[in-house]
Amino acid sequence: MTKLYDLDLVTLHEKLTTKEISATELTKATFDRIKETEANIDAFLTLNEEKAMQKAAELDQAGITSDQPLAGIPIGIKDNIVTKDLRTTAASKILANFEPIYDATVMNKVYQAGLIPVGKLNMDEFAMGGSTENSYFKTTKNAWDQTKVPGGSSGGSAAAVAAGQIPVSLGSDTGGSIRQPAGFNGIVGMKPTYGRVSRFGLIAFASSLDQIGTLTRNVKDNALALNAISGYDKKDGTSANLAVPDFTAGLTGAIKGMRIGVPKEFMGEGIQKEVREAVEKAVITFKELGAIVEEISLPHSKYGVAVYYIIASSEASSNLQRFDGIRYGYRSENVKNLEDVYVNSRTEGFGMEVKRRIMLGTFSLSAGYYDAYFKKAGQVRSLIKQDFDRAFEKYDLIIGPTSPTVAYGLGENINDPITMYMSDILTIPVNLAGVPGMSIPCGFAAGLPVGLQIIGKHFDEATMYKAAYAFEQATDFHQQKPTILGGIAE
Amino acid sequence: MAISEEQVKHVAKLSKLSFSEKELHNFTEQLGEIIDMVELLEEVDTTGVSFMSNVTENLNVMREDVSEPGTDRDELFKNIPEAENGYIKVPAIMDNGEAGA
Amino acid sequence: MNFETVIGLEVHVELNTNSKIFSPTPAHFGAEPNSNTNIIDWSYPGVLPVMNERALEFGMKAALALNCQISQLTHFDRKNYFYPDNPKAYQISQFDEPIGHDGWIEIEVEGKKKKIRIERVHLEEDAGKNIHGSAGYSYVDLNRQGTPLIEIVSEADMRSPEEAYAYLEAVRSVIQFTGVSDVKMEEGSMRCDANISLRPYGQEAFGTKTELKNLNSLSFVKKGLAFEEKRQARVLLSGGVIDQETRRYDEATAETLLMRVKEGSSDYRYFPEPDIPKFEISNKWIEKIRASLPELPQERRQRYRDQLGLPEYDAMVLTLTKEMSDFFEATLENGADAKQASNWLMGEVSGYLNSEKMELGATKLTPNNLAGMIQLIADGTISSKIAKKVFKELIENGGDAKEVVEAKGLVQLSDPAQLLPLINEVLDQNQQSIDDFKNGKDRAVGFLVGQIMKATKGKANPGVLNQLLKVELEKR
Ligand SMILES: [Mg+2]
Ligand SMILES: [Zn+2]
Repeated sequence: MTKLYDLDLVTLHEKLTTKEISATELTKATFDRIKETEANIDAFLTLNEEKAMQKAAELDQAGITSDQPLAGIPIGIKDNIVTKDLRTTAASKILANFEPIYDATVMNKVYQAGLIPVGKLNMDEFAMGGSTENSYFKTTKNAWDQTKVPGGSSGGSAAAVAAGQIPVSLGSDTGGSIRQPAGFNGIVGMKPTYGRVSRFGLIAFASSLDQIGTLTRNVKDNALALNAISGYDKKDGTSANLAVPDFTAGLTGAIKGMRIGVPKEFMGEGIQKEVREAVEKAVITFKELGAIVEEISLPHSKYGVAVYYIIASSEASSNLQRFDGIRYGYRSENVKNLEDVYVNSRTEGFGMEVKRRIMLGTFSLSAGYYDAYFKKAGQVRSLIKQDFDRAFEKYDLIIGPTSPTVAYGLGENINDPITMYMSDILTIPVNLAGVPGMSIPCGFAAGLPVGLQIIGKHFDEATMYKAAYAFEQATDFHQQKPTILGGIAE
Repeated sequence: MAISEEQVKHVAKLSKLSFSEKELHNFTEQLGEIIDMVELLEEVDTTGVSFMSNVTENLNVMREDVSEPGTDRDELFKNIPEAENGYIKVPAIMDNGEAGA
Repeated sequence: MNFETVIGLEVHVELNTNSKIFSPTPAHFGAEPNSNTNIIDWSYPGVLPVMNERALEFGMKAALALNCQISQLTHFDRKNYFYPDNPKAYQISQFDEPIGHDGWIEIEVEGKKKKIRIERVHLEEDAGKNIHGSAGYSYVDLNRQGTPLIEIVSEADMRSPEEAYAYLEAVRSVIQFTGVSDVKMEEGSMRCDANISLRPYGQEAFGTKTELKNLNSLSFVKKGLAFEEKRQARVLLSGGVIDQETRRYDEATAETLLMRVKEGSSDYRYFPEPDIPKFEISNKWIEKIRASLPELPQERRQRYRDQLGLPEYDAMVLTLTKEMSDFFEATLENGADAKQASNWLMGEVSGYLNSEKMELGATKLTPNNLAGMIQLIADGTISSKIAKKVFKELIENGGDAKEVVEAKGLVQLSDPAQLLPLINEVLDQNQQSIDDFKNGKDRAVGFLVGQIMKATKGKANPGVLNQLLKVELEKR
């Protein structure tokens, strides 16, 4: 029998509509696969087995038709997306027993599409981190090398897909949290334009930067999945009231004449040699495909990390104040008065990285520092966005590495926040400007995947998919498999 | 700019977090380093540059003034640490006058 | 040393929208705690606020009525502080771009008119309510959480508790006329905090101020400020200093008591609310709202003076509440004379409402029956004295004035054929008064009139009676 866990969405859909397999069989196989591999990957925080099997049975009963491209397909959900009656923790002790009483808007879309949520995926606590080592519960491992980090914060979402536990997952990206782990795990990860996907039901980290996106093993799967979760939501004032195009429509492989810029700032100092070389080869591939690739400059991108840490931490410090031990979530046992409820619940409930960011954010917003930090950061943010606006007057896409390095060892950077923060230097400007960014596999360095970042214009994910698909067709990186997925161990 | 332990204590107070002496010490150092990093921004000339709080281009997003019933109260109380007779229960509030709209 | 009092007021007004400002639950709540709340009001993880259009327009309307400029680019900010009735631990409010700014309102104290400047009018959400238990616990009800509010901040332009009182009356009246709130201080839909300081006359700089809270009625505001004014003067005169502190007005003792000393300024870490996009308010939109403003008290006052010929004082009192003013106008529409209607409303009606602690709408009096009664006085059917009885019947039990008068036999006696025998009967029994009258003692007439009135149970038409009596006296 075929290994169902290795198949793409289009193939699975075919098998489901032709009844070669049933949704029940596929769901069952998915849980078998998760159980078989979970000890190595540690991607899941909560499994949804009973309800998933029930959903599958209902779908089988109703029959899956060809106009439901994702019906019956298992999906994993990052654990900061609120799922009704399914524990949602944001990988924090403070929400360790939290049972949501409503579904995020994306979950309603997931259900509408007939996707079957099989469980909740590990992440850095409240999406703060780049290695998933900041989870209160467990450390997820890179699908390619279990001594390496899976990246983060959507480390569980990326590793689970890369390891073949599930064919598609949802993640969230505030400063690179989908693209970087996708890159580290050799898969396709899309952070759509700010406003493309509703944030209602996404546990807020940094409201002006957060965006939910999709992780898959190939470009077309990703386009299909993003189509399913995109669209205007009147419950999210920042969601865009724009029609969602068919993202698969441009997947022809033809990109002749497409104009692509490569920022020199993304290829300079601090970028690992093998990473730079892989991207340089990708540039050649794009040229061979007929694209016009030129060097550009995003002069303010180097300030992105500083701007990001002020803005994201400031917003987070405010967003996380609701975790106060009063209405839901962890309350300290050690309480003599109201102040103790606040201080002890939060002190015991939040992990170190979260506290670090709350402290930085509170500081940046506090009296006397606001202008020098928060306001200044907001102004430089305007300049960063202007850099992109200017570049996109001339270019259809911008490409570069997703991260300066490939996946590093577990525990390697955990005590060095600055190094950790700097590893997001190439992804952060994209969130600050609100433009869409994705990562696709473009090579290997010492056996670990290298991610190619593709950045598009506002609400022009379609062009990104088009280029990514052409690149994917012209290369075979996406066909390489980690050992856990049947790749050859050497 | 280095940040002092006193400042860190004040920020912790605003954040409703507490730290041991050792943690406070580490934090002071780490926050100092992070603040040094973000002070890189000082070199950017932002004269006349507009402040951006969000990239959304949405404007005047509003909903109609139509009311909907509340969420079922038992549901709302499902995750609550302490409740009584339909109220959220907390240790006595010492009215320090901070509250109020 | 002589001091000048400096007062500034912060007034919160609940807007009477159907739903809350950022969530769709009902803005007017029932008795059951936490029954009109949802996941947004509870700030469940992942929820987002969406602005209520009517709340924004009501805010604009109030700001325009208070002669404010409208901020054409406006946004919301987060005000961060932890409190059990504040479930996000931030309040969505407006900091640097309030919906309205630089307005004013006119007040009048002891015949002197004065403009009080309004610094700003901003929109924000109300908090829930804390109930303090006795056994070491407090209880939180979030029904009120998210009710739309405007905060009206005056400049420190008031110089006496009386001016503060007049300002509040004026603000209440203007807001009430706009219809955006019922502005009832006793029910909490209008709330006031007061800042008060003293400075030596002639000094420009303000003294240290204290903030007064728990001022739950107009008269408490005046009393609290009056107490605080004296307290501060006493402290300053004895060489002491005023601490910057928050004080609570105690209703029982009419004193202000220390709540807490302010340690520096609070650090609310305001920053723009990223979840709510900005608002661009076009001139067209502003003009649309301006056009929807009803006639405001100031304008009505002028009309009452200029077109109805009412005295300034009447015009002012009648327009203090929209209810009174609307009632007055409806009474005129039912045919009553303006001055008569004014006299009745300012006199008997207000007196009754005060003594019974009732609202006009809760009585049985209607513009129609009041006008009917005034008509009966005008055409001589009843005397003013009898009218008071009729009024009492109308305000307590309602009905048509004419029917009441007839049913109770209160019609005035104006017919000489009926009156003359009565007059002569009284004259026969009071020779002494006749003699006095003859001797030039006019007071005797009053006594005789009284006697005749008594005999007619007050029903005699005083004009007719006087005339007939004089004639009969001359005959004697
Ligand atoms: Mg205030
Ligand atoms: Zn307020």
